[in-house]
Amino acid sequence: MKFTTLALCATLAAAAAGSAFAQAKEQFFPVLSYRSGAYAPNGIPFANGYVDYLKLTNARGGINGVKVIWEECETGYATDRGVECYERLKGKNGGATVFHTLSTGITFALTEKVPTDKIPLITAGYGRSESTDGMVFKWNFPLTGTYWDAADIILQHIAKKEGGWDKLRGKKIAHIFHDSPYGKEPIPLLQERQKMHGFDLTLIPVTHPGVEQKAAWLQIRQLRPDYVLLWGWGVMNSTALKEAVATGYPREKMYGVWWAGAEPDVKDVGDGAKGYNALTLQHGAEPNSAIVKEVLDKVHAKGQGTGPKEEVGEVLYMRGLKAAMLSVEGVRRAQERYGKGKVMTGEQARWGYENLALDQKKLDALGFAGVLRPISTSCADHRGDVWARIHTWDGKKWNFSSDWYQSDQTIIKPMIKSAADKYAAEKKLARRDVSDCQT
Amino acid sequence: MLYRENGQFKTSYEADQQIFPILQDRIGIGLLLAFAIVGVPLLADEYLFRAILIPFLILALAAIGLNILVGYCGQISLGTGAFMAVGAYAAYNFLVRIDGMPMIAAILLGGVCATVVGVLFGIPSLRIKGLYLAVATLAAQFFCDWAFLRIKWFTNDSASGSVSVSNLSFLGVAIDTPVEKYLFCLGVVIVFALIAKNLVRSHIGREWMAIRDMDVAAAVIGIRPVYAKLTAFAVSSFMVGVAGALWGFIHLGAWEPAAFSIDRSFQLLFMIIIGGLGSIMGSFFGAAFIVVLPIFLNQALPALGSLFGLEISTALVSHTEFMIFGALIVFFLIVEPHGLARLWSIGKEKMRLWPFPH
Repeated sequence: MKFTTLALCATLAAAAAGSAFAQAKEQFFPVLSYRSGAYAPNGIPFANGYVDYLKLTNARGGINGVKVIWEECETGYATDRGVECYERLKGKNGGATVFHTLSTGITFALTEKVPTDKIPLITAGYGRSESTDGMVFKWNFPLTGTYWDAADIILQHIAKKEGGWDKLRGKKIAHIFHDSPYGKEPIPLLQERQKMHGFDLTLIPVTHPGVEQKAAWLQIRQLRPDYVLLWGWGVMNSTALKEAVATGYPREKMYGVWWAGAEPDVKDVGDGAKGYNALTLQHGAEPNSAIVKEVLDKVHAKGQGTGPKEEVGEVLYMRGLKAAMLSVEGVRRAQERYGKGKVMTGEQARWGYENLALDQKKLDALGFAGVLRPISTSCADHRGDVWARIHTWDGKKWNFSSDWYQSDQTIIKPMIKSAADKYAAEKKLARRDVSDCQT
Repeated sequence: MLYRENGQFKTSYEADQQIFPILQDRIGIGLLLAFAIVGVPLLADEYLFRAILIPFLILALAAIGLNILVGYCGQISLGTGAFMAVGAYAAYNFLVRIDGMPMIAAILLGGVCATVVGVLFGIPSLRIKGLYLAVATLAAQFFCDWAFLRIKWFTNDSASGSVSVSNLSFLGVAIDTPVEKYLFCLGVVIVFALIAKNLVRSHIGREWMAIRDMDVAAAVIGIRPVYAKLTAFAVSSFMVGVAGALWGFIHLGAWEPAAFSIDRSFQLLFMIIIGGLGSIMGSFFGAAFIVVLPIFLNQALPALGSLFGLEISTALVSHTEFMIFGALIVFFLIVEPHGLARLWSIGKEKMRLWPFPH
């Protein structure tokens, strides 16, 4: 028992040392990242982009003069470590502003914790789809898109290619997914669409971490589906592509979600991945955008860049930039209400995320011209508009290969409503009153 | 000099057979319990509760359960994660499907379900031994992983396969704050540790140990292997199941099968090997070592680096954490193959002889 107390004392001391730096006039952004483990190839560029944007924000003079500070914590994509990181960072430096988890599993665990801690949780392009309903999920923000939107848009694209929804009848579509909440999220929508259009849906799960996919691709070989949807992450994506090459399944018929369409996924496969398609969460790889030039100029040129210079502007790096931009702009929006140049609490920042109004002019000024489309949120809609395109790997880089799509809200909205109501009933939560929107 | 039993005469069987026969031990444990119940809630902050103390207590409970099976009965099991998962999911189903089900009842019923599954997967132990049994229990792990991922009924048809609980209460008192959660876990752990300690000192514990030391000899002197092995599986899985339910309900709040993966089984096995096989105290040591050390390293390394003006990246920290952690495990096993609990008892022996230890 002495050992226990000793270890506890040591940890206490470490914790105390960490919290001694609390200062005023600094907005604290915790960064949950994973730079090790099976998902590191994808976690690293995202974290680099996120941190680089925070550095850029300081180089630009902070948020109306408020300096931003941040601290990284390694989750390794594991839920229990993620929870530990959250507990470690949430109270530091005057309190965390907002959390991005970059993991659906951690999102589920934190969704239960953020309402009591009063810290918003942004899951831009992942997380629980039903958290779009801000009247039930007050603290969750799946900004710019959820997996239901992603699945819907891929199916729209396939239908368009085939020449209409009615042409999908009898077609075989296989959904290869990471066997976790992440990969399972889109299934309800796929099934809904299946009922409407009568295609055959085969669900093929791949267990974590996704390096063993022989069985899945054997199934593909037997089934010969017309299209394959790939819901993978980390090493699972490149493994799937290699297996597709080995099986001889045409890459042109494969569609990845926006987390399965970045450089780390295809680079190892090189030419083998040629023709592979993936969804983009608005932006693709944007090496020529104004924001990338500014990052290179103001951060990397000064030797303060977080990752390798060559990766700046790649798909996941851009997504990190975008996630950080949303974090920062929400605070800026909150400052409009609660006082410019002040440090916002998590609760105040939440109002900012709920009332985001990033029109094209503001985005252009931030350097996101051609990268992002306007984003606005409200009390009832915590996600904003969903815009996506398909891009295709040509062996060297990603090129856009489709027009803009928007997910079909006539299908998704009722699904969100019923899923959110189910959650509220399970949790015995009341829907927020309209008057609550003003707080 | 203080720690000496001279002059403590036992005049009754009860006095002779109590858990801590030495007065100083009783005082020490009493003080420790008083500190855990009264002192810690006053001193610790929220982070310490949520990230360290609660996981430590819950995993210590699971380690006690596993120690009964592996340390006392000698049946190696790699299915601990699975039994935790059964406990967690069963408790979840009892809670959401039966209206007005009290949380503590759901957790205990989760333990009962884990017992049933544990005994079921324990049946092969009657025929196979040692490493072969470990492989058989591994099947439990894979089966449960599969079942909770695939069978929608277990997760109440949740689309993503993730389940969550909230609004926990115990005897009408809401369990929301970290202190309440801590005290609840502490209560459960104290009760079960006491039960476990008494079980292993009773005739049934002696049967387990006889089976562990030599099952043929045990059978010859009239111990039924079926009964002894299956009771060990039952008691062990019950505690592990309760720990699993606590892990889901109290610690995580929302979980998916990955929370109880094969990694968890290995982690628990390492806990009891490092802490000490066949020792209740060792389960606590092992849990502390495995839970606290990685987190401590994770926080201490950047602090250490900044002392020397180095900025250590989180990736390097997590890699170094793995290396140091692994090296420490090897070191402890070389220095004391019987685990930290053995070090503790050697220390006590030396204290008794102090100032002339040999």
